[in-house]
Amino acid sequence: MKPATFDYLAPRTLPEALAALGEGAQVLAGGQSLLLEMHLKRLDPALVVDVNHVPGLDHLDVADGRVEVGALVRHKVFESPEAVPGPLGGLFARAVVNIAHPPIRTRGTMVGSLAWAHPASEWCALAMALDAEIDLAAAHGTRTIAARDYFLGPFRTARRPDELITVIRFPLLSPDTGVGFLEHRRTGFSFAQVAVGAAITIREGVVTEARIGLANCADRPIRAEAAEQSLIGAEIACPGGPRVPADHPFTRAGRTAADQDAAPVPEPHADVEYRRHVIAVLVARTLREAAIR
Amino acid sequence: MKITLTVNGDDYPLDVEPRRVLADVLRDDCALTGTHLGCEQGVCGACTVLVDGEAVRSCLMLAVQCDGHPIHTVEGLAGRDGEPHPLQRAFSAERALQCGFCTPGFLMMAAGALENDPSIGDHPERVADLVRSNLCRCTGYEPIQRAIMRAARGE
Ligand SMILES: Cc1cc2nc3c(=O)[nH]c(=O)nc-3n(C[C@H](O)[C@H](O)[C@H](O)COP(=O)(O)OP(=O)(O)OC[C@H]3O[C@@H](n4cnc5c(N)ncnc54)[C@H](O)[C@@H]3O)c2cc1C
Ligand code: FES
Ligand code: FES
Repeated sequence: MKPATFDYLAPRTLPEALAALGEGAQVLAGGQSLLLEMHLKRLDPALVVDVNHVPGLDHLDVADGRVEVGALVRHKVFESPEAVPGPLGGLFARAVVNIAHPPIRTRGTMVGSLAWAHPASEWCALAMALDAEIDLAAAHGTRTIAARDYFLGPFRTARRPDELITVIRFPLLSPDTGVGFLEHRRTGFSFAQVAVGAAITIREGVVTEARIGLANCADRPIRAEAAEQSLIGAEIACPGGPRVPADHPFTRAGRTAADQDAAPVPEPHADVEYRRHVIAVLVARTLREAAIR
Repeated sequence: MKITLTVNGDDYPLDVEPRRVLADVLRDDCALTGTHLGCEQGVCGACTVLVDGEAVRSCLMLAVQCDGHPIHTVEGLAGRDGEPHPLQRAFSAERALQCGFCTPGFLMMAAGALENDPSIGDHPERVADLVRSNLCRCTGYEPIQRAIMRAARGE
């Protein structure tokens, strides 16, 4: 199918872009989800506002211990672990290679992923795990919203139609944080059946901080708080081999994430029981990966 | 909308509806039918072309977005004298195509990768990773990888 008729606007300034947004308008950033949805006629906007010419939206800056990602920063940028300082750069680099493939990553944006809010989105899961903040601009003013208040359901967010996400802000991770990101997918071209991102700090053999983000483990991205809690204070004598032992804190955290944090939705190729099993295994493995570096 | 597409160095002044994707305009308005459409969903990669020197899915870009941006399609790979591009020679030598439907996409993806990073030929694992972006239902990926490596080595 082909997209239906719409008006196209390519504003050259932010105020011009904001003035055009509202009910019936869609922002065009990378277009790697928007165009697809328009082909499939699941989206049929009256107006497409192409923000690719708005100056100042492509910045990636570090200030006050936080990294700011502008609306036009493409997925591809994060393939280099040096794009963002410290372990956060490593975590982004591990996550981004799971997003589609290189020609899509050349165009698609991190902010677009948050705007689109696919339950399987890697970036959305990390935004939850890392307590990201989202800046929303509208013609009448701007506001900042925490990731935990932003995702409302599959493809549903707190963003209003007249708002543009200008920036996502992530706190940097301390240098002694270990990071891991693992994903299970049915084919190379499908979205994640389950994806797990983890950042964990172990000081003198004891877990002092843990962050776990889950993609496609509920109808929206989630942070596995019960699993994180179960880890705080746990002694990690050894991160475990390729198979994490059954009584290892990581294995228990995986079980907790699967049984308490996740609310998996059945899919044609994965019923709930199977998905819980995958979550438990993948969380344990991701924690192990994070602990060995 | 009035736009000018610059494809393989030639200017095409066009009047196109915003709803038309780059792949369709290349094929129907510029009569450059080397760019193929398989899925129109970003999955197969048959429509891959270079915009601003980077490989993109031309089914997931509007033609109006490309006004003023240089575009390269498979028609522009061979020299003006008809001499095949090293990638084309390598695909032929390695028998990296059968039906050929996917070939323009693989060629342009590889052309973009080689242009941006000629050293990719020294990293078979990166070439393997790259070809995962596109679908070929005939040949299998081994000969395609060998062809890209061969072209990268300048053979
Ligand atoms: C074959 C294929 C495989 C893919 N695989 C994955 C995958 O594994 N994981 C994954 O996460 N994604 C995947 N994607 C989606 C891809 O990551 C998209 O790039 C991303 O979802 C959206 O980013 P975009 O910049 O392309 O946004 P667009 O397509 O331009 O926009 C998407 C939506 O967000 C809105 N929007 C975009 N930017 C803003 C903004 N700044 N403010 C307000 N609204 C905005 C748009 O209006 C639209 O509704 C895949 C896509 C394809 C085609
Ligand atoms: S037609 Fe564009 S990716 Fe298949
Ligand atoms: S040669 Fe037939 S699909 Fe690749």
